[in-house]
Amino acid sequence: MIESLGQTLAFGVLVGALYGLVALGLSLVFGVTKLLNVAHGELIMFGGYVSFWVFAKMGLDPFLTIPLTMIVLALLGALLYRLVFSWTIKLPEEVKIKNTLLVAFGLSIILQNLALRFWTADERGVTMSYAGAALTVFGVRFPAVRVISLLVAVVCLVALQLFLKKTYTGKAIRATVQNWEAASLMGIDIHRVYLLSFAIGAALAGAAGTLVVVNYSIQPAMGLEWTMIALVVMVLGGLGNIPGTLVGGIALGLTESATSFFISSNYRAVAGLILFLLVLIFRPQGLFGSKEG
Amino acid sequence: MLSLENVNVYYKELQALWDISLTVGEGEIIALIGPNGAGKTTTLRIISGLHRAVSGDIHFMGQSINKASPHKIVELGLSQVPETGKIFTAMSVLENLELGAFVKKARKDRVQSLERVFEIFPRLAERKDQQAGTLSGGERQMLAIGRALMSEPLMLMLDEPSFGLAPILVEHMFETIAKINQQGVAILLVEQNVQAALELAHRAYLLENGRIVGQGDGKQLLSFESVRSSYLG
Repeated sequence: MIESLGQTLAFGVLVGALYGLVALGLSLVFGVTKLLNVAHGELIMFGGYVSFWVFAKMGLDPFLTIPLTMIVLALLGALLYRLVFSWTIKLPEEVKIKNTLLVAFGLSIILQNLALRFWTADERGVTMSYAGAALTVFGVRFPAVRVISLLVAVVCLVALQLFLKKTYTGKAIRATVQNWEAASLMGIDIHRVYLLSFAIGAALAGAAGTLVVVNYSIQPAMGLEWTMIALVVMVLGGLGNIPGTLVGGIALGLTESATSFFISSNYRAVAGLILFLLVLIFRPQGLFGSKEG
Repeated sequence: MLSLENVNVYYKELQALWDISLTVGEGEIIALIGPNGAGKTTTLRIISGLHRAVSGDIHFMGQSINKASPHKIVELGLSQVPETGKIFTAMSVLENLELGAFVKKARKDRVQSLERVFEIFPRLAERKDQQAGTLSGGERQMLAIGRALMSEPLMLMLDEPSFGLAPILVEHMFETIAKINQQGVAILLVEQNVQAALELAHRAYLLENGRIVGQGDGKQLLSFESVRSSYLG
């Protein structure tokens, strides 16, 4: 009983870290541009397919090709921003949110159909040679693939945080979040900041896609499910709160694994959504959210 | 160095500025005064490119800036200290100042610029690692001006720098503006504190209901009957 409880906890944290990375890009883009990209799950899907095809054609380990996947997705993100979102972002505040939601929703359908056309509806996944390997501590199993996934998520989060805190460009992004008008009066080209944030957000979705393809599987219609997870995590962690996404992810991971353990795995996703509603009602700033940008 | 010619501005259907023409010459301090809602802030926003004029011409250093983006205008050497400072409260004082030197040409000189700002505002040097949100009103205003100076502007626009300051700080603020001007920076000053602004300025414009209704050197405007009765009581 104690051991399987420990296993439940461990699994919750491991899955939660992955959820954190799934939400990280969405949270960054929302924080900076104030637009909610509901096609985020589709970007994760594309990231998954890039990893999958590089693995299928060249046999390269998806974890090692994460930088490549991130670059491809950053370019795709920049392209989507230029073609689509750069228009809606100039709209007045009241219509901006509504219109970007609709535009992103439309975009998600287009991306799904493109994926269907290129890669068929088959489920794809990558099983590595070391997929069965695990570290056992006090009877609790830590599967290697899951542990590496957690490390990837933490590295991405720390790297993003350092970039935002330490570099001139990162500071320009934070300044734009706090007050875009004042930022533009500093000589910051805020449209470049938006483009860059969108590209980084897409790159992070790419990394998340890699984790999904090695831990679960991918197919063209997967996007909505992952967008939902990202939304729940983002709200749990506090909107636009970057370190909060990891906390939110782990909160969701633990809730799901506890639900599977104590009730039934059938209610796993429901428990996450109930937590989502409770937080929205009672702690809209997120579990540990602050108002800071 | 800066000129506006017959500038007309609308907010949706409402016309906010009517045929505004004004100039700021090299080394000048120009005051823009008038009651609340006259269009003073709007004028600065138009010049900075935060809002667009429907007609008219704006030139800075011989270049048309009617359609230039705000960041381009800063690169040309025209900086604005917006109303109430608009500092980045979630960042340190030092980070705020660093962001002031964001434009390329200012970035390489930022060490010297920082020294210059700390010399003008020693208080900012004492507080450099503090979160900007914890500063007092006067310190925030100093930070906002210091931040704008970091971009090495040829001309500085100040929107109500004395707003909310204690009288003793107001006096100090105007002395500081004069000092910045003596270092060769032209100033366009929007102020509610009409007496102090007109004493400081070389020339001034009086704005009412979106129109320029009077202009002249500071002393001349001070003697205007309408200015005296409306603003000086």
